[in-house]
Amino acid sequence: MRPVNPASRGSLLEVEDLSVVFRQRGRADVRAVDGVSFSVSPGETVGLVGESGCGKSVTSLAIMGLLPKRGVRVEGGVSFDGTDLLSLPPDKLRLLRGRDLAIVFQDPMTSLNPVVPIGTQVTEVLTRHRGLSNGEAREEAADLLRRVGIPDPSRRLREYPHQLSGGMRQRALIAAALACRPRLLIADEPTTALDVTIQAQILELLKTLVAESGTALILITHDLGVVAGTCDTVHVMYGGRIVERAPRHELFAEPRHPYTGGLLASVPRLDQPRGVRLQPIEGSPRDVIPWARGCAFAPRCPNRVEECTPVAPELLGDRHGLRCVNPLRSDQPATKAVPR
Amino acid sequence: MSHRADKGGEGVNAPEALLSVQGLQKHFPVTKGLLKRQIGAVRAVDGVSFDVRQGETLGLVGESGCGKSTTGRLVTRLMEPTAGKIFFEGHDITHMSQSKIRPLRRDIQMIFQDPYSSLNPRHTVGAIVGAPFRIQGVQTEQGTKKAVQEILELVGLNPEHYNRYPHEFSGGQRQRIGIARTLALKPKMIIADEPVSALDVSIQAQVVNLLEDLQNELGLTYVIVAHDLSVIRHISDRVAVMYLGKIVELADRKSLYDSPMHPYTNALLSAVPIPDPARRKDRERIRLQGDVPSPLNPPPACRFHTRCWKAQVICKTEEPPLAELAPGHQVACHFPENVEQATAPAAAKVAQNVEEALHPKKPVV
Ligand SMILES: Nc1ncnc2c1ncn2[C@@H]1O[C@H](COP(=O)(O)OP(=O)(O)OP(=O)(O)O)[C@@H](O)[C@H]1O
Ligand SMILES: Nc1ncnc2c1ncn2[C@@H]1O[C@H](COP(=O)(O)OP(=O)(O)O)[C@@H](O)[C@H]1O
Ligand code: SF4
Ligand code: SF4
Ligand SMILES: [Mg+2]
Ligand SMILES: [Mg+2]
Repeated sequence: MRPVNPASRGSLLEVEDLSVVFRQRGRADVRAVDGVSFSVSPGETVGLVGESGCGKSVTSLAIMGLLPKRGVRVEGGVSFDGTDLLSLPPDKLRLLRGRDLAIVFQDPMTSLNPVVPIGTQVTEVLTRHRGLSNGEAREEAADLLRRVGIPDPSRRLREYPHQLSGGMRQRALIAAALACRPRLLIADEPTTALDVTIQAQILELLKTLVAESGTALILITHDLGVVAGTCDTVHVMYGGRIVERAPRHELFAEPRHPYTGGLLASVPRLDQPRGVRLQPIEGSPRDVIPWARGCAFAPRCPNRVEECTPVAPELLGDRHGLRCVNPLRSDQPATKAVPR
Repeated sequence: MSHRADKGGEGVNAPEALLSVQGLQKHFPVTKGLLKRQIGAVRAVDGVSFDVRQGETLGLVGESGCGKSTTGRLVTRLMEPTAGKIFFEGHDITHMSQSKIRPLRRDIQMIFQDPYSSLNPRHTVGAIVGAPFRIQGVQTEQGTKKAVQEILELVGLNPEHYNRYPHEFSGGQRQRIGIARTLALKPKMIIADEPVSALDVSIQAQVVNLLEDLQNELGLTYVIVAHDLSVIRHISDRVAVMYLGKIVELADRKSLYDSPMHPYTNALLSAVPIPDPARRKDRERIRLQGDVPSPLNPPPACRFHTRCWKAQVICKTEEPPLAELAPGHQVACHFPENVEQATAPAAAKVAQNVEEALHPKKPVV
């Protein structure tokens, strides 16, 4: 058995009350991330789950210091191995990003330079951050490509991103991210653009990486199926806040937040009998109310009660955190079987 | 099950087949240089045959680039096939002229993947959903507006929103607008290309349920193209699995998901992530190596042999025909899985293949 709370081993990254506000001229501010706290330990995989626009990517960009400086206000604390990343000068942060922190984005085409061969993009990291000679870097790059499952790596190193399939580009990107042996890897929807068989390969690769080198992994996804197979701890986000947080098994066995339960009930599943009508969540993620006026999920929530507004519930509970005044009961099944 | 293996069907269609596709091909020429010299062809769809019966839903699954969307576009005649035949209600519509095809366009409608780009942002919902009436010159009894509002109601949109623009709606609502537009002319058949994959998880179910309700209410026939095997299982009566431009397995939903016979189908199903960590352990995982080969230069004989763990010499030399191995269950493989489902003659053929693979008559080169 894994330890219940890997954070007790001493965390590598601590995100404390992180908020990101986008200021836009002539329009109201957008609070994309709103008081998010979590930690990741070496060898641990933490999942951030939620639908598009809930603040997953902005959270990861804020951690990496990749948000634009103009028009963006970042508050709270991000500490990596004791160093406060938010107050670190840009050059120091850049150095850290090349060496200890790495990120893999959803769309590999936009994050690889289209006019530079794959090989150069990987060896560059190796020569710059690990001080390898060109020859050594090329050898190591070929080895990395082989490790991420790219056949014929020495030929592939000479090719340009457009010559690779989507799955291979994503693997090349992971290879580039791994080149400096990062201690923290953020994978933002790394498989969303890929087919299931390739997705399975990439997830397997990430798992091996965590197990073998003790990398701390933040896996961002909207797919609960992906989370179920990979993450130790799962944080469910809605409207910029974490609404539920639990060890993986507990979250799936007993989701308590109506949004988590709703997500699980709204997808058809291969592991369940088919004669079940899907239970959609009413409305859309756009129908939120500001947290300042109550629970943002209230307009869509089947469990809504009077206490849900106008004061938003706090995130309570240590091991299983929950931001809800009227959670799902254990006798209230998330997936209601409705015969056809 | 009265499924007919269409061998040499010669245009004689079983009465229950609303749509019948035979040997359909679409090859896209690949050109090079200023002179646009043809250097090859992408064999996007390469000999596909299937029937769709009145009132049923046929699901078309497969990985990116296997030819699902192209098949959909060919069937709706948005594209000219390279070869093959398409029958709708028994009529050969393969090369029907543009003027003759007009009434057909009412009967077969298409829903597209992206609810954001498939609606004109400068037109109101009323204009978008009403457009088919105008284009087809259809007179409605109580005027177009009334007819459009009825359709909006049918798909769960507020009829009062007649004058709003697409950007004022969420993704799920926009997909409803797209569905409303296809319903305007009371089609018999709807081809839906990835109708939910661009939508947020929590609203996919709204659209899936809507499609089901409309089918029950209006007796629609669907061909649904998707890469998501869970969605396809939920919504389909029969399922065709495509790989590199060919159908490799076609069966009713239950047989396909309970006892898949093609190795590729088995691999696909085992790669689907299950949102339940407790159940994942006892699932057998098949790990496929590598990517789907390029359709520009597909592997010879069985196209799956470069990734198949069961491949033998015969797989590289002889193309397995799509044959009915069990009632209503067609498979293109020399060494299928779940062979205990097969009919006696089919099982005997498989056993013979296995025997020959184990004891080849001539030395393997
Ligand atoms: N107009 C075109 N010209 C050249 N090749 C094309 C054209 N349209 C499609 N193709 C190619 O045909 C093959 C099949 O494409 P198709 O769009 O049907 O795939 P698909 O199964 O719908 O994939 P996806 O799941 O990614 O939508 C692909 O290799 C594609 O690149
Ligand atoms: N540069 C920006 N300016 C204004 N708003 C932004 C910007 N980037 C993101 N947002 C908003 O922040 C919210 C969270 O976005 P994001 O983190 O990208 O979501 P996701 O969870 O899909 O990754 C969204 O409402 C988005 O519109
Ligand atoms: S706080 Fe109220 S509205 Fe929010 S999720 Fe809980 S029950 Fe629903
Ligand atoms: S014919 Fe051979 S290579 Fe093709 S799927 Fe069957 S066993 Fe695999
Ligand atoms: Mg994102
Ligand atoms: Mg497609």
